[in-house]
Amino acid sequence: MAGAFRLSAGGQIDRTRSLRFTFDGRSLTGFEGDTIASALLGAGIGVVGRGMKFHRPRGVLTAGLEEPNAFVAAGSSARREPTVRATAEPLVEGLVVTSQNHWPSLTVDFGRLNDLLHRLLPAGFYNKTFMWPSWHVFEPAIRRMAGLGIAPDEPDPDRYEWRNAHCDVLVIGGGTAGLLAASIAARSGARVLLLESDRVLGGALKWERAVPGTLTPERRIRSAAEDLAAIARLRVLLNTTAVSVYDHQLVTAVERSTAAQSSPVRWRQRWWRIRAKHIVLATGAFEQPLVFPYNDRPGIFLADAIRHYLNRYAVAAGQRVALATNNDTAYEVALDLRAAGITVPCLLDTRHNPDPELVRSATAVGVEVHPDARITSTRGGRRIESLRFTAGTASQEVACDALGMSGGWNPVAHLYCQAGGRLRFDAHGACLVPDGGLAAIHAIGAAAGAFMRSSATAQVRSTLAAALEALNLCAETDLPDWAEFPQSRLSGATGAIGYSGQAHRDRAWVDFQHDVTASDIDLAARENFVSVEHVKRYTTVGMSIEQGKTSNVNALAILAAQTNRAIPDVGTTTFRPPFVPVTLGTIAGGRNGRFYRPVRLLPAHSQHVALGAEFEDYGAWQRPACYSKANEARHEAISREVRALRTAVGLFDASPLGKFLVRGPDAAEFLDRMYANTMRTLVPGKARYGLMLNEQGVVIDDGVCARLAEDEFWVNTTGAGAGRIAARFEEWLQGEWPELQVVTTDMTSAFATLNLAGPRAREVLASLPCDIDVSRAAFPHMQIRTGTLCGLACRILRVSFTGELSYEISVPAEFGASLWERIYSAGRRFGIEPFGIESLLVARTEKGYLHVGADTDGSTVPDDIGFGPAVANKIGDFVGRRSLTLAENLRRDRLQLVGLRCAAAAEAFNAGAHLLDRKLAKVPQDSAGYLTSACLSPTLNQYVGLGLLRNGRARHGETVYLVDGGRESIAVVVSPTHYDPAGSRLDD
Amino acid sequence: MMQIECPFCGKRDETEFTYGGEAHIARPSLQDDDQAWANYLYFRDNIKGVHAERWRHAYGCGQWFNALRDTSTHRFLAVYRVTEPRPALPTGPER
Repeated sequence: MAGAFRLSAGGQIDRTRSLRFTFDGRSLTGFEGDTIASALLGAGIGVVGRGMKFHRPRGVLTAGLEEPNAFVAAGSSARREPTVRATAEPLVEGLVVTSQNHWPSLTVDFGRLNDLLHRLLPAGFYNKTFMWPSWHVFEPAIRRMAGLGIAPDEPDPDRYEWRNAHCDVLVIGGGTAGLLAASIAARSGARVLLLESDRVLGGALKWERAVPGTLTPERRIRSAAEDLAAIARLRVLLNTTAVSVYDHQLVTAVERSTAAQSSPVRWRQRWWRIRAKHIVLATGAFEQPLVFPYNDRPGIFLADAIRHYLNRYAVAAGQRVALATNNDTAYEVALDLRAAGITVPCLLDTRHNPDPELVRSATAVGVEVHPDARITSTRGGRRIESLRFTAGTASQEVACDALGMSGGWNPVAHLYCQAGGRLRFDAHGACLVPDGGLAAIHAIGAAAGAFMRSSATAQVRSTLAAALEALNLCAETDLPDWAEFPQSRLSGATGAIGYSGQAHRDRAWVDFQHDVTASDIDLAARENFVSVEHVKRYTTVGMSIEQGKTSNVNALAILAAQTNRAIPDVGTTTFRPPFVPVTLGTIAGGRNGRFYRPVRLLPAHSQHVALGAEFEDYGAWQRPACYSKANEARHEAISREVRALRTAVGLFDASPLGKFLVRGPDAAEFLDRMYANTMRTLVPGKARYGLMLNEQGVVIDDGVCARLAEDEFWVNTTGAGAGRIAARFEEWLQGEWPELQVVTTDMTSAFATLNLAGPRAREVLASLPCDIDVSRAAFPHMQIRTGTLCGLACRILRVSFTGELSYEISVPAEFGASLWERIYSAGRRFGIEPFGIESLLVARTEKGYLHVGADTDGSTVPDDIGFGPAVANKIGDFVGRRSLTLAENLRRDRLQLVGLRCAAAAEAFNAGAHLLDRKLAKVPQDSAGYLTSACLSPTLNQYVGLGLLRNGRARHGETVYLVDGGRESIAVVVSPTHYDPAGSRLDD
Repeated sequence: MMQIECPFCGKRDETEFTYGGEAHIARPSLQDDDQAWANYLYFRDNIKGVHAERWRHAYGCGQWFNALRDTSTHRFLAVYRVTEPRPALPTGPER
């Protein structure tokens, strides 16, 4: 049989270029210009997939993006793209096509058992059945059965790009309406971008026969393309599908490369982001199916799709093609089929009185027309073999090997609805039409319900005139010759929704993709679902990739009939982006792998590499977690580094630290209001620790303010908070206190900051050429000095996050690497070791220094972490102060910072463990808090931690139960300062 | 994605901005009662229609400014400095 379906002449395929491809391992050939679907049909393959729920064999229904049946996987291994619409995917040389959703094979599929049991599987079956004992028992098996394609499991080898574009008028759709709109807009002076999903322009012209005495469709398409190419202001993107509309006329579109998968291309797909002043939707209309029993057999097509395959691809849907319709479309199809010599055994029209002239034209070519006819059943296995219909009282069976059905046309209004536009029900055309209520998005042609070219031309011109006027342009009125069409005798209207009757509604499909039948919608109505949105979710009609393209109108009509409402009263469901599925790689574009986001490297990065640093991401920064020596485990490296800084000296790269210059006559006043601690009284040369609160009184950051001069402060914040704090400073300065004369400058990445810590830190610093007196008497703890070190302008702050004598040295970032080298080599004879951020965190946990965000949560106020008195005694207002006096923040049983140690010295614990007052077995009981930081202390040789414990400050010495993943242990509450409680190591 | 007119830089994509919530919220003094403070912290009008709000051109000039935006159409009706009072809109049907 193969080969009989491809006609020997005609079509727009290039017969000189045959393309080899495989389908489920079978070698086949098609032609340049084919889609996967047309090539399969041309090769005589009727079954291309299996239905989602009942696993019935499914063929090709449509010839475009609206296809709900013919999903295949295109490509192999890493390039396999699942659930591709065979009807819209161009055939390329060497393509490996595989069918989906069956086991073990397309011909023998055990999932078909579902079909035999279909009466037991109505809408909502899962929700009602898999309740006992628990959904989770059934979930794994159901998940295996659910879904269609299988995603490739290898990394995508292809490249994807992002492109941005701006235009005055964006025309979506290159059919006759879109071509005319683009031509008018561009000739009127607008910058125009025209998007066309297909490889060629022309819309329905591509599958129309020439009308004697007028321009041929091919000639019209060529002239239009030439006309548009001659206008510099106009750009045409082929193979590009608009998928989403966002606020202020932002449209995203996918452009696909048409190259074979094996050939190298610069990009496989491009993601366009187009900002348009006006959007013109020339997206056409989708033909709707008829709903009758067994309307899903392979060989049953939409009527216009049969014409599409015939005239464009020279593929016959069958040798005996029956037609069923509720509108004029099928008559045109019948004439085209007859002209190609194909038998049309019957044309069944649901209407009582079809246009006599149309009936005559069909009868004249030997097609028997039956008015008032409805299909009651079809027969056939892997292809339709016959249909049975009633006309009046008579019932008749007709043999056929294909059937074209037309349930009328519905505008493609997905993008219009995405933009918030509403649809009105047009009773004349029995379709949902954009209501024209959007100011900058306009539907034209068939997308506006103007299905006839003669009426569409006037509608396009008036719509464009209004849009161009809004752009202060005057619309060109000349009509190009390719856009002049003779009056059509077709009315294009249906006036009715195609539905056959009451019998076998459970075998009459409404949504082919989700296997939703008329009886499923009946059931939803019986179970009292009223809202169309609820019916959609209950039955899954129009969900997922189908998005109502071929199911919406029929589903609404059935719901309306079942609930005794008019269709406009039922309303429509929401259309969601994207219009067609988009490959994730396209949305990611070039932003994957190491280009996922910019990486920030420390100024002395290569020095850290040379020292064996183990890098990790901390925020955007790559920082050494620790420096491992040969054969050293990470915890061993951390212990060694902590011991070095406790006994000799360590060097830490603190460059990500947030660094701000705050200057101006009101700088002190400003910082006094931003921090909970008093900053106004600082004298130049001194520094103070500060907590920053939000207006709810919650601690959000901490840092050190150092006064350089009367009107100048050097402010350090946490590294992670630097960007946030910069924005916060400006929000308060600009929004609340514009009278303050202050300038803040974020210097975070302008300076490298190194931390030299340990009992021998002073000796190291003193051994370097430095004009600052670093002696204990001249430079005490919490003071700042400005000078030169090794010839570099520097600021040195005596501040400690380790508990040891410590100098924080900042130099311009470009000298960070050389300063690291100088200090490190000078420190060698004092036993210097570099230490990473994990070692720093161990040291600060031992010392009980707070890590905001780890040891505090979204409710922690200063008193909870021991800063109550310092804040309470402050004079004047500051951000968050008023909240500290709210009753909630004065409760005695708040979570307070404590130290915790395991009662058994050898035991370990982990941050995140919950604290309980009583043994775990005593239920119910509330959590009394949790462990916020924990580490093995190399200094104390046991696990130590910090935690937030209810009323914890009053409970030092008590034991609490610690629960971690069901494991219980006992911990002792102690002061947070595990190490050096007297503070003598700070050397102040 | 909206386009927002920064009063200092001109029209830019929304991704360059951060949102700062409702504008013209007066900060009570330390002496005001708990209810006044709670209103300031937590209570907002949640308007469907013209809404005065704060924006920051975070990936541009860094400046905060105020805008009047129709929350049902996402149309911006005015942008102005944070220190300026809410501008009066022309009367009549705006949408």
